[in-house]
Amino acid sequence: MTGDLLLDMRDVSVTFDGFRAINSLSLALRPGEMRAIVGPNGAGKTTMMDIITGKTRPDTGTVRFQGRDLTRLDEPAIARLGIGRKFQKPTVFEALSVTENLLLSLKGVRSPFAVLMARRSANERERIDRLLHLTRLEAMADQPAGGMSHGQKQWLEIGMLMGQEPDLLLVDEPVAGMTDAETMATADLLREINRTRSVVVVEHDMDFVRALGVGVTVLHEGSVLAEGTLDAVSADPRVIEVYLGR
Amino acid sequence: MNPFSTHAPRSLRGVIWMAVAVVVAAGGLAAASLLPEGNPLHASAFVVSLAGKYLSYAMLALAVDLVWGFAGILTLGHAAFFALGGYAMGMYLMREIGARGVYGNASLPDFMIFLSWKSLPWYWWGSEHFVWAAVLVVAVPGLLAGVFGWLAFRSRVSGVYLSIITQALTYALMLAFFQNGLGFGGNNGLTDFKDILGADLHAPLTRAVLLLVTGLLLAASLLAARFVVGSRFGNLLVAVRDAESRTRFLGYRPEQAKLLVWVFSGMIAGLGGALYVTQVGIINPGEFAPANSIESVIWVAVGGRGTLCGAVLGAILVNLGKTLFTAWLPEFWLYGLGVLFIGTTLFLPNGLMGLWRHVRKAPPEEVTPEVADTQGEEA
Repeated sequence: MTGDLLLDMRDVSVTFDGFRAINSLSLALRPGEMRAIVGPNGAGKTTMMDIITGKTRPDTGTVRFQGRDLTRLDEPAIARLGIGRKFQKPTVFEALSVTENLLLSLKGVRSPFAVLMARRSANERERIDRLLHLTRLEAMADQPAGGMSHGQKQWLEIGMLMGQEPDLLLVDEPVAGMTDAETMATADLLREINRTRSVVVVEHDMDFVRALGVGVTVLHEGSVLAEGTLDAVSADPRVIEVYLGR
Repeated sequence: MNPFSTHAPRSLRGVIWMAVAVVVAAGGLAAASLLPEGNPLHASAFVVSLAGKYLSYAMLALAVDLVWGFAGILTLGHAAFFALGGYAMGMYLMREIGARGVYGNASLPDFMIFLSWKSLPWYWWGSEHFVWAAVLVVAVPGLLAGVFGWLAFRSRVSGVYLSIITQALTYALMLAFFQNGLGFGGNNGLTDFKDILGADLHAPLTRAVLLLVTGLLLAASLLAARFVVGSRFGNLLVAVRDAESRTRFLGYRPEQAKLLVWVFSGMIAGLGGALYVTQVGIINPGEFAPANSIESVIWVAVGGRGTLCGAVLGAILVNLGKTLFTAWLPEFWLYGLGVLFIGTTLFLPNGLMGLWRHVRKAPPEEVTPEVADTQGEEA
């Protein structure tokens, strides 16, 4: 029925202590698409990410990824299916080097015994070199990740996402706390990534969303308020009302 | 100093040096104990059994460091695994006494006759065989660690809550082992051992060999632990320690990683307990006392958490201090231990290994911060 959709959320609702964080939300994403999700604080953007990645279980509704039901799976299982998530606050493993961070992220062995016996293969070295190049962290390869700047940690985390080789990337406020130059570089990086993978970006920064040049979904009070190009949704009176207040 | 450089302490070279030092020291002391009494280098039986005790404790410390230093699981009950290993070995040593006990019964230990038991309980099956005892020494602590860890980690119990239930675990075992009816000698425990593998436990040669074997097994455990933390799995443990939920989104199951290292650690502790019993000559429920587990955490903190070598060093030095201190000022030892722990926490957060690294390197300036500052602002 929905065979050619990559991600298909239908009528999803979730309530926390009587507060309806997500209210019959439906969202569909085609393979290869990049989508920006915008909306005021509390619109349910992060909760939506939590539902897709298995952190939160919806009360009602279905979430399908490549036709598979995600609502029964936990975070590691969903991650292994090919959904990668980048958090708002960059979370890298600070005590490990950049290379070790990337190595842990590489798609491949995950069971503890296999990880214990794993040796770095030539193929893995090659993949890590490519990721170091992509994220411009070659010079830092053997440095502990904890010593890097905020922007570099953001990039390392994006590199780790790429290492997972996911089909779908969820990216939560990637440019929060970045300089203008870093913001534009990040937009370029995401467009580059989008050549091979589908991406959902949650972001407040409108300049950044404009630089991405992709379809926009506006969330408000847990459901979709408007969908379309950035210009179209910006002109929508309901969106203007939500953003500028009544 | 960069607070994030946790790489250096688990350097392979350091661990090999420590393993060699342990074997050389144990072997040297063992050889010295075999010299004739008049020789100035002669080591007394007391010194040999003391050294054996320290090295056994070092294995417990190593086990604690594996889970606390690398996986962030602050265990306050690891002496339980140590004591279980000790009891497994003690059962065999009890059976070796044979008909030489007070009641002269060839198959039943004295305390069972005292309880007027007619036959061995089922779990004493095979206890007359050393090989079976050697299996139980690691299998029983490993099994308990497996069941306990599976339940705790699966339910995502962590932090202080996990520390508290580890403490409850060892306390519950202590109470259970105090019961005569459990079949492990009640509050007297297992003691009055005579032989191991037919060799007299009180003979200098047997004691020398036991010390050397303890040194070798400690060295082997140290190398095995280094293999684990030096592998990709070791990186995964550190990742779980520092950002557990993040590892889930990479597709790892942190509870499995914790379970694996927890069981491995429990086995090392059990092995240490078994070696302890052969040299100290007694195992009783007091070994399950919560204070023992807490002391083992202090040894690791003093030596340097997450360094492996530091755990061994800390266990040996603190226990050496304890021996000397309790000889001079017996009633003040606990205060001394408390001061040591608080002092370490406040002034030596990375323990003696941290101090050693600091003194040896004494870097004028770290390179990392400068490189980092060239791009973007700090968060």
